[in-house]
Amino acid sequence: MIGILSYVVFFLIQALVYSIVALGLNLQWGYTGLFNIGVAGFFLVGSYTFAILSGPAYSTHLGGFGLPIIIGVLGAMAAAGIIALVVGIPTLRLREDYLAIATIGIAEVLRLVALNAKGLTGGSRGAQSIPRPFQDVIQSNFWNNLVYLAIVVAVVILIYFALEAMVRSPWGRVLKAIREDEAAASSLGKNPFRFRLQSFVIGCVIMGLGGALNASFVGFVAPTDFLPILTFEIWAMLIAGGSGNNRGAILGSVLVWAFWTGTGSIAQAVLPSGLQVKGGALQVILIGVVLLGMLMVRPRGLIGEEAVVSREAQLGGDGRG
Amino acid sequence: MSEWALSVDEVVAGYVAGVDILRGVGLQVNAGEIVTVLGPNGAGKSTLIKVIAGLLRVRSGKVQLFGEDISDLPAHAMVAHGVGYVPQTNNVFPKLTVEENLEMGAYVRTREIRRGLEQVYETFPDLQRLRRHAAGRLSGGQRQMVAIGRALMLKPRLMLLDEPSAGLSPLLVGHVFDKVREVRDIGVTMLIVEQNAKAALAISDRGYVLAEGQDRVSGPAQELLENPEVGELYLGARRGLA
Amino acid sequence: MGQYIADGIILGATLSLGAIGLTLTYNILRFANFAHGELLTFGAYFGLALAGALSFGPTLGSLTFGWGFILVIILAAVLTAGLAILLDMIVYRVLRRSDVAVALVIASFGASLMLRNVVVFIWGPQPEYYSRSIAIARPILPGVRVTSDEIFVVVLAAVLMVALHLFLTRTRMGKAMRAVSDNTLLAQVTGINVANVIRMVWVVGGSLAAVGGVLYGLTVQMIPTMGFNLILPMFAAAILGGIGSVYGAVLGGLVIGLAESVSVMWIDPGYKPAVAFALMFLILLVYPSGILGERP
Repeated sequence: MIGILSYVVFFLIQALVYSIVALGLNLQWGYTGLFNIGVAGFFLVGSYTFAILSGPAYSTHLGGFGLPIIIGVLGAMAAAGIIALVVGIPTLRLREDYLAIATIGIAEVLRLVALNAKGLTGGSRGAQSIPRPFQDVIQSNFWNNLVYLAIVVAVVILIYFALEAMVRSPWGRVLKAIREDEAAASSLGKNPFRFRLQSFVIGCVIMGLGGALNASFVGFVAPTDFLPILTFEIWAMLIAGGSGNNRGAILGSVLVWAFWTGTGSIAQAVLPSGLQVKGGALQVILIGVVLLGMLMVRPRGLIGEEAVVSREAQLGGDGRG
Repeated sequence: MSEWALSVDEVVAGYVAGVDILRGVGLQVNAGEIVTVLGPNGAGKSTLIKVIAGLLRVRSGKVQLFGEDISDLPAHAMVAHGVGYVPQTNNVFPKLTVEENLEMGAYVRTREIRRGLEQVYETFPDLQRLRRHAAGRLSGGQRQMVAIGRALMLKPRLMLLDEPSAGLSPLLVGHVFDKVREVRDIGVTMLIVEQNAKAALAISDRGYVLAEGQDRVSGPAQELLENPEVGELYLGARRGLA
Repeated sequence: MGQYIADGIILGATLSLGAIGLTLTYNILRFANFAHGELLTFGAYFGLALAGALSFGPTLGSLTFGWGFILVIILAAVLTAGLAILLDMIVYRVLRRSDVAVALVIASFGASLMLRNVVVFIWGPQPEYYSRSIAIARPILPGVRVTSDEIFVVVLAAVLMVALHLFLTRTRMGKAMRAVSDNTLLAQVTGINVANVIRMVWVVGGSLAAVGGVLYGLTVQMIPTMGFNLILPMFAAAILGGIGSVYGAVLGGLVIGLAESVSVMWIDPGYKPAVAFALMFLILLVYPSGILGERP
């Protein structure tokens, strides 16, 4: 009984941490129409910054500041925000596709840095023994997990309500106006670039938070945790649940994570060890197929609300009379 | 009654669902004629020509070309039916040379391109001089020539011109319309949509005046020039355009 | 230094071949196709499968392959062109028509991930090579050593680019492609069958990418992530040269190849893709339309 409960708690923590990242992405994509394909990179920055700030002294690389967990988390968020600014300022003025390319680029570059800058990040071995809140006070793994779950749930609720409030505020309305008809919004004196930048940075800060929480929970980070497939997972969660919809983001995260770990466990159990890698590949292919199928058949996701209107021009005449 | 080259019957059309720009337009063009459609802004002139060219769906009504129903044909199929459309803006391929632009006009005809080019160069000698220049580098007037020349390469049965004088200086406007008349003299039937009523009617056989999505007045070009109602529809003045 | 330049040219040849297809689809279909890297990967792996099935024949001179390899290259290009068209038909075209515009960019990213995993599934994650024979690097200039295979790469790439130039300027379809790229709406109205032209764009882009992939596999190695590792430099090349300009893509490919190669003199080779990214970033900051591109 405890075993199953333990597993469920574990599962929920992971799913909800991802849902935090998905909420950040939803602000960028669902509400602002930005293509961030570098989610893994901002998650990485959050994780590693937290490890460096709050982790123990590492013999091989930077660390040992031993700062309180709260500071580590805030630092993680700030780091993600700074990187977002660096990437966003030049690219948000240009074609929307350029942001996609830039974000995928920055994610790769960050991963390369994590892999190669041994003095900073520990290289391919990564960082271990990342602390968790109350780890000295609550010795039992089970109870500690439960407390952690409570913390994560609280964070998710906080972010959810914060985002909902933001979206309904005047700021959020301008964002919606920019998304629907940029020319009209500009003519009213609203600078679309500033709003997009704000949305982008806030979204990335939230992703950094997710990264920190993940690092704290798992206890160690390595460059292989931040491959493009992570970005794909988060996008899948958002699309499945319904983009433009915060509840959808959370629901989608839980469902997709369930599907992911479920198929993963089946593959592990069924396949001989020689075929594990290929099994993993098949898993990704299947999930991708399901996702694409969803995009074509039910593009609004499970709780889909408003669709994001594309700003691309259509082929074929549509001029004014 | 002999067959009309172009016949538009009670056509209703629009861009946004529920909003009709054209509310039952009718007009006819005889083979070998130049017919001009006039009207104030928003009357639906550009919409009309887009419908005929196949860029916009007909909601009700019919468009017929030499008796054949072409109401539902898409733009690229119109070319195969011998309809050459010259849009108002973006009407050349800027990075291609003048000659390549003309060649594109004859894309569906793979033979007799040389002869077609010769004919276009005869009508537009300037283009022969400029034939290796990139079309995007030419002046507005020259680009207009390229656009019309390109449509001509098709040897069209019907040519549709959307505001050929747009953006041109008065001197050039006269020049362009002279060329339009020369094209008709080769034997091309033309439907022109124009803001500059005087210049267009001067070379036209007949005209229609569109207002609020319907054809209000029609008749021989000279009559329209002198008709006070036309002036009213246009300018709210109790005078003709002449 | 000369060695780095030579290496840069060799890398640049592959990047140029890939960037050409990328810039064409980006310009005509108006989206960044992240799956383009996988066309390189599949080109290389199709080549691997074909090379296993066909025999090379005796090796030619100091090359590591025989006449049969030319056939392998051609067939790999054909198969990859087919794959590109299939991808367009099944994924992109359907999404182009859907009313919810979930960006094609996202779909292409997903497709790219899936295609990579298909390669892992069929061939496995380990590096592969076309032949076991060692290629001897011979000096062609003082301080510069290249293998005959590498010379073949550069020569073939150059030949293909000249052929492409002739195709674009002398043939009806080539001119139509340039017309569609220049003014798609006008092309429709002129009677050009835009759907056909789009298919042709995939064929040309896919074939060139496939050849690039085979050549890369020939001189470096093949792994399932090879295309993905090159997609950033290819985008950088396309953007640097100006989106939509084939000649820009060629130029961009060369510049990026040289930059990545020469950068090894100062920074860790592990960071090579970061060099391409940094260059691209710089261009976006300073001159986003690229060297030969149109004003944005």
